[in-house]
Amino acid sequence: MDFELNDEQKMLQEMATRFVSETYGFSQREHALKSDAGWSREAWAGLAEMGLLGLPFAEEDGGFGGGGVEMMIVMEAIGRGLMVEPYFATVVLAGAVLRHGASADQRAAIVPGIVAGETIVTLAHHEAGMPRHATAARTRAMRDGEGWILDGGKIGVLHGAGADRLIVSAQGEEGLSLFLVDADAPGLRVEGARGYDGVPVASVHLSGVRVGADALIGAAGQGEAILTRAFEEATAGLVAEAVGAMSETFDLTVDYLKTRQQFGVTIGSFQALQHRAVDMLMELELSRSMAILAALSLDSDADQRSRNIAAAKAQIGKSGRLIGQAAVQLHGAIGITAEYKVGHAFKRLTAIDALLGDRDHHLAALAEKGGVYRAAA
Amino acid sequence: MKLDFTPEETAFRDEVRAFLKEALPGDLRRKMIDREHLGKEDIVRWQRILNARGWAVTHWPVEYGGQAWTPAQRYIFQEEMALAHAPEGSPFNVNMIGPVLCKFGTPAQKEKFLAATANIDIWWCQGFSEPGAGSDLASLKTTAVRVKDSGGDHYVLNGQKIWTTQAQHADWMFGLFRTDSSGRKQQGITFLLLDMKTPGITVRPIETIDGGHDANEVFFDDVRVPVDNVVGEEGKGWDVAKHLLGSERSGIARIGLSKERLSQLRALERRLTDDGTLTPAEQARLAHKLAEVEVELRALELTQLRVVAADAHGGGANAAASILKVKGTEMQQRMTELVLELAGPAGLATAPHDPAGGDDAEDGWVAAAAPFYFTMRKVSIFGGSNEIQKNIIAKTLLGL
Repeated sequence: MDFELNDEQKMLQEMATRFVSETYGFSQREHALKSDAGWSREAWAGLAEMGLLGLPFAEEDGGFGGGGVEMMIVMEAIGRGLMVEPYFATVVLAGAVLRHGASADQRAAIVPGIVAGETIVTLAHHEAGMPRHATAARTRAMRDGEGWILDGGKIGVLHGAGADRLIVSAQGEEGLSLFLVDADAPGLRVEGARGYDGVPVASVHLSGVRVGADALIGAAGQGEAILTRAFEEATAGLVAEAVGAMSETFDLTVDYLKTRQQFGVTIGSFQALQHRAVDMLMELELSRSMAILAALSLDSDADQRSRNIAAAKAQIGKSGRLIGQAAVQLHGAIGITAEYKVGHAFKRLTAIDALLGDRDHHLAALAEKGGVYRAAA
Repeated sequence: MKLDFTPEETAFRDEVRAFLKEALPGDLRRKMIDREHLGKEDIVRWQRILNARGWAVTHWPVEYGGQAWTPAQRYIFQEEMALAHAPEGSPFNVNMIGPVLCKFGTPAQKEKFLAATANIDIWWCQGFSEPGAGSDLASLKTTAVRVKDSGGDHYVLNGQKIWTTQAQHADWMFGLFRTDSSGRKQQGITFLLLDMKTPGITVRPIETIDGGHDANEVFFDDVRVPVDNVVGEEGKGWDVAKHLLGSERSGIARIGLSKERLSQLRALERRLTDDGTLTPAEQARLAHKLAEVEVELRALELTQLRVVAADAHGGGANAAASILKVKGTEMQQRMTELVLELAGPAGLATAPHDPAGGDDAEDGWVAAAAPFYFTMRKVSIFGGSNEIQKNIIAKTLLGL
């Protein structure tokens, strides 16, 4: 049992944290949000330059072979900066699909572009009217000679409008399958919008979109297994991002309590506010523990992995809400202005709960499995 | 980073588990499972079994009978004890006065008390709280006035202590007394040891909401205590008390206890589902609540393990450590709440259950559910209430 970072991990942490604090302050983030794309190509190039876009990919694919702990470190830094760039969408989530499902040829064709910061890939899976966070889809995949024809619609596609390639889930005769689709494929229409957390999100319409045999990720019908695995890894990353956002929120709040004066004293001298700050600290520490658990569970057996990761996501759903709400409350009116970082962190924490299954979803899943601990706790 | 215990630690766990399986008397185990009140003789009996194995006072210095265990071993030992339904020794002996005497005791005090304390040949009680000094312990007023007369060099004690757990069984008391009231209230407090048979001591029981009698008032009426019974220096008792209230971090959250209670809850869930007590809707609600409490327990367990691991590196993880008492006590209370809910209206009868009502072994928990729920409210009050803990965290860790 050991929870210390090794020297390389410490360097990674130092590098990622410094990158965010030095180049991605609140005003830089605001600037990125106001641009047409809604995110910063410059920051993206910075992440590429540090090698962080290749973090989870195998070295033979042009990546750096980082594991769960490395991903936790980087996602925590990204969470601190409330970065809206497609790191989660492309490197973490689509990246996990590619690593667990794509053939060597497919990875050779796509991963180097991701690592270099030239290719944005995103997963287009969720659909209206389907159970949330299900690994099923109504979008159809019909055989078309060697290839396929895709028809259907997707929602909540992160960075969909800026993506160069989409990974589309579709139901065929063999079950759910995943397909690589070029953003400019005929019949594909993407409607971009902006999430309340600042992250671009899109709806995708597929009408007779033809793809070749080489577009299929894994084998036909493997989509559910690949997505299950990818969602677990991505959830661990999202939990770490939440811990970063919570840490930032907590630090800003404690600083504010120490500087804001009312009734002739700093408001941090009031016990009611002190106790709320301590409640925030407790939720932060519990969440940090769960981010570590999730990161270290990625290589466990499937049963233990899914329990631990569900528990981690359920925990940060609760903690993120408590910390976000308390931070806004303790800041008073300044907490609800768009001109101050705390409100944005609150919004990102709120969005994180909704992504990849919220607290209720994971609690229900755990209840069905018989709990967090294996039988005979 | 890694989550697993080392092979050595796993072997240690097996060793502890095997010992407990062999050594824990069946009747004690049964009482623990049924949440029955343990008498003094039960606790003394078990403590002596542990002491014979050298495991009664494991966190004391080795020269006084402790074990040179790592924080991980201490954590494992405590968890295995709880999972095996083994009683804990007297906390006043094992966790409080023992470590204090090891650090501050004179050679004569160590000689006289330490071995007897480890074996509970002496049963200690703690005289800290007073009617006017609870959370604000330093405002205590019971006086110890030094007098030199034909009877020798003594303190004469007058005043009252309250909430004195197990005072009715105690052979000796360690306590805080005011020897000087001229300076700051933390100054002028002296840590004294006194024989409970000394003339002038009156112990009066306090019945608590669980129907039990653990707490007492203790009155002092010209009680003479030899000056040799000062621990540390006169007037420096506050520093001694601070040491007592706290440096052992490997087991604060009491994860083992909560895990043991969780396994009871899971067994009850199965039973009440199988026998038709719970409707399907209630089963679903219970499954959700148990999932919720398990998520929090897992998070707390990992937090405790982070602290254990940090202590092996010589400290750190202070933010994590600070939350363990508050969250650990909340968790223990939550477990008793859930058991109470499962007991339902049958739990109203808290007398020992009707022997004609069925299998004793199965039904003890029903009668014990409410008393256990009520008595566990104390864990967020004693040893510095959770609100006081939050004050301390706000001040020392957040700098507010």
